[in-house]
Amino acid sequence: MVQQKNKKGAYMALLACVVMLCGIILLENICVMLPQDSVPNVLKPTSQLFAVLKKGAVYSLAAVSMNLLNGFTGLFSLGQAGFMLLGAYTYAILSVPVADRAAVYYLYGGSAVNFSFQDMFGSIFGTEGVGGAVSMGLGVMIAMILAGCVAAMFAYFIGLPVLRLKSDYLAIATLGFAEIIKAVFQWQALGPVTNGANMIKSFPTFSSFNITDASGKVVLRLATFFPFLISTICIAMICLLINSTYGRAFKAIREDETAAEAMGINLAKHKMLSFCTSAFFAGVSGAMFAMFVTNAQAKVYTTTMTYEILLIVVIGGIGSISGSVLATFLYVACSEWWLRFLDSETVIGGVKLPFLRAGFRMVVFSIIIMIIVLFFRKGIMGDKELPDLLKRRTRKEAAK
Amino acid sequence: MSENILKVENATMQFGGVVAVDNLNLEINEGEIVALIGPNGAGKTTAFNVVTGVYQPTNGAVWFQGKKIVENHPQGRMKKLYKGEHGGEYTQVLAPTPDKITQMGMARTFQNIRLWKSQSVFENVLIAMHCRTHTNFLAASLRMNHKEEQEQRERVAELLETVGLYDVKDELATSLPYGKQRRLEIARALATDPKLLLLDEPAAGMNPQETNELTAFIGEIRDSFHLTVFLIEHHMDLVMDISDRIYVLDFGKLIAKGTPEEIQNNQRVIDAYLGVAEDA
Amino acid sequence: MEFAISVLISGISVGGQYALIAIGYTMVYGILRLINFAHGDVFMVAGLLGIYLTASMPLYLSMPLVLVFTVLLGFCIERAAYKPLRSAPRMSVMISAIGVSYLIQNTATYITGGQPMTYPVIPFLSDTVKIAGTSTKWVTILTPFLVLLLVVALTQLINHTKTGMAMRAVAKDFETAQLMGIRINTIISITFIIGSALAAVGSMLYFTNFQAITPTAGALPGLRAFVAAVVGGIGSIPGAVVGAFIIGICENVIKSTEFTVFSDAGTFALLILILVLKPTGLFGEKVTDKV
Repeated sequence: MVQQKNKKGAYMALLACVVMLCGIILLENICVMLPQDSVPNVLKPTSQLFAVLKKGAVYSLAAVSMNLLNGFTGLFSLGQAGFMLLGAYTYAILSVPVADRAAVYYLYGGSAVNFSFQDMFGSIFGTEGVGGAVSMGLGVMIAMILAGCVAAMFAYFIGLPVLRLKSDYLAIATLGFAEIIKAVFQWQALGPVTNGANMIKSFPTFSSFNITDASGKVVLRLATFFPFLISTICIAMICLLINSTYGRAFKAIREDETAAEAMGINLAKHKMLSFCTSAFFAGVSGAMFAMFVTNAQAKVYTTTMTYEILLIVVIGGIGSISGSVLATFLYVACSEWWLRFLDSETVIGGVKLPFLRAGFRMVVFSIIIMIIVLFFRKGIMGDKELPDLLKRRTRKEAAK
Repeated sequence: MSENILKVENATMQFGGVVAVDNLNLEINEGEIVALIGPNGAGKTTAFNVVTGVYQPTNGAVWFQGKKIVENHPQGRMKKLYKGEHGGEYTQVLAPTPDKITQMGMARTFQNIRLWKSQSVFENVLIAMHCRTHTNFLAASLRMNHKEEQEQRERVAELLETVGLYDVKDELATSLPYGKQRRLEIARALATDPKLLLLDEPAAGMNPQETNELTAFIGEIRDSFHLTVFLIEHHMDLVMDISDRIYVLDFGKLIAKGTPEEIQNNQRVIDAYLGVAEDA
Repeated sequence: MEFAISVLISGISVGGQYALIAIGYTMVYGILRLINFAHGDVFMVAGLLGIYLTASMPLYLSMPLVLVFTVLLGFCIERAAYKPLRSAPRMSVMISAIGVSYLIQNTATYITGGQPMTYPVIPFLSDTVKIAGTSTKWVTILTPFLVLLLVVALTQLINHTKTGMAMRAVAKDFETAQLMGIRINTIISITFIIGSALAAVGSMLYFTNFQAITPTAGALPGLRAFVAAVVGGIGSIPGAVVGAFIIGICENVIKSTEFTVFSDAGTFALLILILVLKPTGLFGEKVTDKV
């Protein structure tokens, strides 16, 4: 009986994901379907809404992967930005079309890596029309998977020495590795590969997924759909992992390491598994972040970025996947969109509102964060998941 | 193959200059229930920790099912500090982590209950079965181990039925009353499929009735799971009731061994527990 | 040779300045087991205060006021952001610290407009002096002595006064100390006050050397000081000082070579090396989990 309930839940979740993804496509394409002047401002492709949705999708994967490590395995790691950087660079280096490499790496007289997946598939499927789209899509996919793999591989080597450390020491050591990685990628000597401190650009981005007709007019927008699709798949995989026998072992380690070890759970192996898996998905989200900002540059992946993601995880609730996702969208929407009006000087009825000028938005935003941290200690969701809450609701109603 | 399932050979555990377990020798035969007793601070739990791999002994060896699983000799600064006997006898270093030892078929409970607190009773037992899982990480994440998972869940249900916790299977482990938490710890240890079960003060904090129930329970599981049981206990009723043999530790040293009757009449044991009168 | 001496001297000097910040980290960690991420920003605010106050009043008034306001800030942060979370899990408190750091940085950006500000010239400290053939500022020479003086005073306070004894007791066991009648809130406040005061002194020395202050100017010195505290064994004051000097010298040595990009990376590499060899830092206490 227990089994059947699980199955039903899985189908419901799958259905919800499909509905959400369809909804995103619809939302994005209203501006294509409706006549140009009747589209409300918020739904125009240039609207902040879509930027928020894209960034939210990217960050939610980063947050969930951090939650896997910090919330579910109890390993306090602050290396997230470092792994995202690895993912972003791996993706960027493997995806810049060969034709554009000379322009991107002009300081170093061209790139040392004269190869991109897009070109490789292009030679099989062709570079025009449908063939071009297929080779671009495949190229992006493979580069993204490799981005994750590279991050996971680095995580393995980093994990060997540092995973033995406890709590805060582990945190500061992983933070240190992220900083070291950042410095290495900015090193001039590696310029032909990493482009030194300059950014790598001209690789396929989210808007490359918009389908255009022969005249270059967009017929189907998929720029927001793509990050949603990838994040949904990845987060679903993390969910499956957490509910598997290995995920349960992770939770046991979080709650009592000594007991877990005494019950035959190999600490080193399981911590490493969790660390590498988390790094893999962080790498994928890093690749997507590079697509979102349309470039890869090492100096963006600072500790501040890690703190930001940690903040999201805690606001959403440590140990809650749906909490992390929810918190990401709220966080991104608040910081990038809803509070924008605070940054511009406003005059209402002849009176100039006090305080409103550039920078005020972030002050208000950080006050909101402090309020959440102080008064909602367990975050939005605690360690519950969205379906748990819905279930309880229906049970309560049934009791009435 | 020898009949004994566990053999501790000249084990000494020294923390800095303090000798917690001094040259301990003991043997446990298959199917026995053996108790380790002694006053507080005698080194009983340390002995357990040496056997289960939590501590690495300073010197000595442990054999399990006829195979040497732990061996060590004084190294580094311990070379100078070492106060035990049989100093030069051991040369190898064998120090498996506790999880390896559990996988060999030895499971334990803890003196201060260590359940996974925010997990349900069912999950606590299910997690303990993880060490017997054959599916690899990827296959398990992608739900290709459906059959194994189902089997494990059925076995957990069965196990909980046997120990009488099935009706509380969905409750949080910490919400159980104390006696049931102890039982759950035993059930969790059983889920790892042990040949030898080590119980560290299973009756601590229990009232006489609960202790009686526990006594019967330990006997039952020994028979139904074909176990050998090695336990530390302070409740003498329980110890004398179920033990086949008893070892007595005092200040890290073994001072007596034998059947319950022999121990009850052993003068050294009585002295250790009650103290020796000044003028005697 | 002269070059080597000048590198060493500036290394020791920067190390001393880091030491003053690191003590704040290490004391708070010792008592609350909290990485006070906001400490670097308190340091930055002390710098900004220095700029604003010297603009409107003479130095002999403004510098003590900087000290007072920084101490007040540290005290208020503790009361507002950490005290309400005393019973919460450690993670929450740390997030609160990150939040405070965020708030301070954003407020500073709002007030200064995000432009770098220039720290005022303090007479004497900024004057140049020639030593062993290299010219440097007086502040460079004075820092290590001042640091040693302050650290000795601090250790005296901790080892030989009643407050110091209470601090050690709270650091050892929070709850028992409370049960023994120690007013932990007072003790914690004192810890924050000492930490902030030292950070204020540190800011005067540091920003005399590196005069540009941006809202994120506290982040990097803060991070390095924190690393220093961990290298020395977090919770130990002598450890923090030793660690800070090691980090300061190390950083300046790397900066003097062609691998300038790696000055921070080198610091972290050193940190990781030490943690791998000695998981609780040079002077850290070993904690064991009793089974």
